[in-house]
Amino acid sequence: MKSRYLPVIALLLLVLAPLVLPTFQITLLNYIGLYTLVVLGLVLLTGVGGMTSFGQAAFVGLGAYTSAYLTTTAQLPEWLQWAAGSPWLALLIGLVLTAVVALLLGAMTLRLSGHYLPLGTIAWGISLYYVFGTLTSLGGHTGVSGLPSVELFGIVLDKGEKMFYLIWAILVVAIVITRNLLNSREGRAIRALKGGQLMAEAMGVNTFRSKLVIFLISALFASLSGWLYAHTQRFVNPTPFGLSMGIDYLFMALIGGVATVWGALLGAGILTMLKQWLQDLLPILFGSDGQYETIVFGLLIVLMMQKAPGGLFPMLSSLVPARFRQRKEISINSNAESLPRRELPKSGQLILEACEVTRRFGGLVANNNMSLQVHAGEIVALIGPNGAGKSTMFNQLSAVDTPSDGEVKFLGQSLKGKTSREVASMGMSRTFQHVKLLPTMSVLENVAIGAHLRGNKGVLSSALHMEREEEQRLLKEAAYQLERVGLGEYLHEEAGSLALGQQRILEIARALCSDPCLLLLDEPAAGLRYLEKQALGDLLRKLRSEGMAILLVEHDMDFVMGLVDRIVVMEFGEKIAEGLPVEIQTNPRVLEAYLGGAE
Amino acid sequence: MNMSNTASIHEEPVAMTASAAPLLDVKGLRVAYGKVEALTGVDLQVREGQIVTVIGPNGAGKTTLLSAIMGLLPSRGDIHFDDIHYISPEVEILVGRGLGLVPEKRELFSTMTVEDNLLLGAFQRYRRGDDSFEITLAEIYSLFPRLWERRHQQAGTLSGGERQMLAIGRAMMGKPKLLMLDEPSLGLAPLITREIFRIFADLRRQGVAILLVEQNARAALKVADYAYVLEGGQFAMHGPAADLANDSRVIDAYLGLASKHQELLSS
Amino acid sequence: MNLQIALLLGQDGITNGAIYALLALSILLVFTVTRILLIPLGEFVTFGALTMATIQSGKPVLFVWLLLALTLVDAALDIRQQVGQRFDMARLRMTAIKIGYAVLMVVIANTVPLADIPMAFQALLTLCLLVPLGPLMYRLFFQPLADAHSLVLLIVSIAVHVAMVGVGLLLFGPEGARTLPFSDTGLHLGPVMLKSQTIWVILVSVLLIVTLFVTFERTLYGKALRATAVNRVGARLLGISPVFAGKATFALAALIGVSSGILIAPITTLYFDSGFIISLKGFVGAIIGGLISYPVAAVGAVAVGLIEAFSMFWASTYKEIIVFTLIIPFLLWRSMTSHHVEDDE
Repeated sequence: MKSRYLPVIALLLLVLAPLVLPTFQITLLNYIGLYTLVVLGLVLLTGVGGMTSFGQAAFVGLGAYTSAYLTTTAQLPEWLQWAAGSPWLALLIGLVLTAVVALLLGAMTLRLSGHYLPLGTIAWGISLYYVFGTLTSLGGHTGVSGLPSVELFGIVLDKGEKMFYLIWAILVVAIVITRNLLNSREGRAIRALKGGQLMAEAMGVNTFRSKLVIFLISALFASLSGWLYAHTQRFVNPTPFGLSMGIDYLFMALIGGVATVWGALLGAGILTMLKQWLQDLLPILFGSDGQYETIVFGLLIVLMMQKAPGGLFPMLSSLVPARFRQRKEISINSNAESLPRRELPKSGQLILEACEVTRRFGGLVANNNMSLQVHAGEIVALIGPNGAGKSTMFNQLSAVDTPSDGEVKFLGQSLKGKTSREVASMGMSRTFQHVKLLPTMSVLENVAIGAHLRGNKGVLSSALHMEREEEQRLLKEAAYQLERVGLGEYLHEEAGSLALGQQRILEIARALCSDPCLLLLDEPAAGLRYLEKQALGDLLRKLRSEGMAILLVEHDMDFVMGLVDRIVVMEFGEKIAEGLPVEIQTNPRVLEAYLGGAE
Repeated sequence: MNMSNTASIHEEPVAMTASAAPLLDVKGLRVAYGKVEALTGVDLQVREGQIVTVIGPNGAGKTTLLSAIMGLLPSRGDIHFDDIHYISPEVEILVGRGLGLVPEKRELFSTMTVEDNLLLGAFQRYRRGDDSFEITLAEIYSLFPRLWERRHQQAGTLSGGERQMLAIGRAMMGKPKLLMLDEPSLGLAPLITREIFRIFADLRRQGVAILLVEQNARAALKVADYAYVLEGGQFAMHGPAADLANDSRVIDAYLGLASKHQELLSS
Repeated sequence: MNLQIALLLGQDGITNGAIYALLALSILLVFTVTRILLIPLGEFVTFGALTMATIQSGKPVLFVWLLLALTLVDAALDIRQQVGQRFDMARLRMTAIKIGYAVLMVVIANTVPLADIPMAFQALLTLCLLVPLGPLMYRLFFQPLADAHSLVLLIVSIAVHVAMVGVGLLLFGPEGARTLPFSDTGLHLGPVMLKSQTIWVILVSVLLIVTLFVTFERTLYGKALRATAVNRVGARLLGISPVFAGKATFALAALIGVSSGILIAPITTLYFDSGFIISLKGFVGAIIGGLISYPVAAVGAVAVGLIEAFSMFWASTYKEIIVFTLIIPFLLWRSMTSHHVEDDE
């Protein structure tokens, strides 16, 4: 079976389902659809973005209750009169309200690291649940009944079979939007959130904004699901919006496979069916009524986390024989227009200047009174024994860290108070001592992150894939830079499968993708074989001849001596020598620093 | 510089004791981070009372080697230590059998006192009911008087050299048969480095074997009996330390500055 | 509100606050040593209270079968681990002792007329039954994940909580329960009458906190746990095994949780699912302490108790909303003060 027919067959089955299946099955399918919509948001938030939320059920409640309140309350307050009665208007208001609440909560909690975010979601999840249960205008714990049916093109969707089409149509659109978004410039920034934030910021990605975007999208999906739920049931009470449902949503995502869009569908399906089955079976087994399925669910999740933390979908898809598996390579249009380039400064112009930089950590002085300069069309090496303070200096130069005294100037501007993002947009690009890439993403996409600032199409056009032209230009640039550094044959491999040396070269390609005028390289030759080092040397020489300014921190003397124009030597946080390679090689203080010790 | 196809210098190391089996015997050790292999099959031996050093450039896999021997990393290959053979070793058992590691980052308990840090070094002995660790504590204080002066101070407030002394002292509290040290001279002034290297010689006299990983190759070769050169995840050469220190290939490979230095001195 | 009422509310607040403080401390302890946020701590509280109530009502103690079952699973895993290696006699003996203990508990629970023994023995038996659940929980659910990402541990923690609520329903039924007060006399202090249970709660809490403090400051085992919290790698290098540390902290947390349950059982009616809200209030305290500081967490937890008591008076329906919204400003404050970009490794 050709895989491209699969979506068509799936859609056909969806259309036919209500005509052949009994009502009960349709109701189940409706629930699966509603849950999948929420879980899809969680996949984006938790699986892709790395942020765990237990509070999605509250957003579902927000969507449901907004519509319930607006469509059933007999006497709305004066200022809300205009919104009475129409479910569609209520949907709009619900989404806006959800967006406002999500932005507020997001602004408050998304900067939090580690455990605070999930704990925060538990806190507001519970609070909102109690709000639904306590406000008398929302019917308290008894809830609100008598919601009107949704009307679409004159058809009244008053039965489950009819709502089925609306629910699944919306779900299909949501899935398409999510997949589109993930395969775009914005999507790459979002995918970098999990384990690559430092790198992404250095490439000019506003990671906080990316976090807020997916938080907002997942909240809107949840709110939409709540609205659909309210008008399917035509009755709401607080129970389905409590924390335990919030936990269930996360469980669905984890069981299906939290990192894949299809995992959402699988997880929601399995958990819904399993719950149905267990609720029939367990009370007979245990001899009394009660929600015993929670025991099974809890243990199931523990087992999954221990044995298959990726969820069922990756497991299932690895069972499919390789030749049936869809291997979609990103196509690159070589006819796409090239990206505009920055005008490089004239050769010899001062690019980067450190003026008496001192950095103290408590009592420890990591850098003391360090000065150095890098000019356009020049390669400068910063060397020194381990622990000499080179990395700290590198951080000062790349605006990751701020000097305690003195300042760093880039293109004449002080870097004081500048984020690594701003510095990236000014034309400085860097690599990392410990390679930072996204191992499961393709080599091409990893490098394309470097070009983030050279595109400007936003989330909306990404989601609708209206930015394909720009996307092609970005990908073409990434492919070009990869060809240039000699990784042209690995474009579609997973970045994590490259050898360490190649990963370092990939980082250089990524840095070049941002079209910089200054390249900061942190130990680029470490782990490279002899021939690779030669190739790297050739590449850097070529960049120099084009007018690029390059600063590298390096250990490998052979590599440095034959390549660079000037060397700055550090020991114990201070500059002990500076000059041409020949001078450095015979400088007694340098020799002492490198050979001293147990003499 | 690629030296993997050059012939290695082979000479049986001098055995200090009558026992034929080495204290530590590593065969075909492999470690991979994801799909990237950091060690591609290394063989290494340390005998009782011997100082063995592993030198090599950054990123060659030196730290990985020590972590794998210590059981901190999953690895493949055979490791024998003190007659126990382990494939997936448990750190706790190895520590109990007398293996100690002073890691590159020292890993001290920064918010606890110097004395608590040292006492915890004897945790396994305390658990076994061996109370003689009080004596070891006194020995360590006499070896590092600075630690005695600062015994009630928090470890986080110590200077770099003092931290290294504490890390070594803490490892010695477990009475190791083999002490492994990762870059002990890192970030230390030459004077302190010299002092610490002198202590290694003392320890050897007491019968402790030492496996020393160093960037400061010159200093390491000077104190060691036997040396291995690690490059790109495998041993490029090995032999008695004195031989390697004078081997032109070692000097060329990455004591490039050293040869210049010697020329300078001899001129 | 007059002084009389204020003092009465204050007394209630401090009683609950002392319990939240105990929970906050054990949450911190478990978190710093194992990186696990122990959500199921609340189930130790409810299991403690409900087991005590079961014992007093003379009904069969079903929990003991769960203890036996989990012990057998644990023993099976231990033995499977040893197959293929040299059999370690010391470990086998340990396994036998554990099974023997569980069997002993089954025998006691099914033969002794528990409702008639003195209350102190009932409490002791409750502890003997439930505290082993702590290390067992670590062994079965968390030990295989010792190296996992901390958010995975959080998810497992939630999952264990969810499962335990179901188990609680199975073992104790849907009805709530209360136990007999420890003693009847109160203490008159000026205008207020201190309830006897209040005094018990405060006394036992202080005693537990002092014991913990001495353990961690004076004994090498306590120091080993602290060391694990400060530097996990460093501790491993000295042979302080994460398994030992995990089981020990879980045992302490179980001890504290079950004790809390026994303490509040005479004051509050607890249901099988009451644990979550109780432990969350401990979490609020722990978060106020920044998940690091023990004293701040304890003070924060007492504050939670007081705020809860007073909001009960002014706006009883909004009690829970007020308490849980309380942590948002603290989270906000944390997010204002921490601006670093973090990579999760």
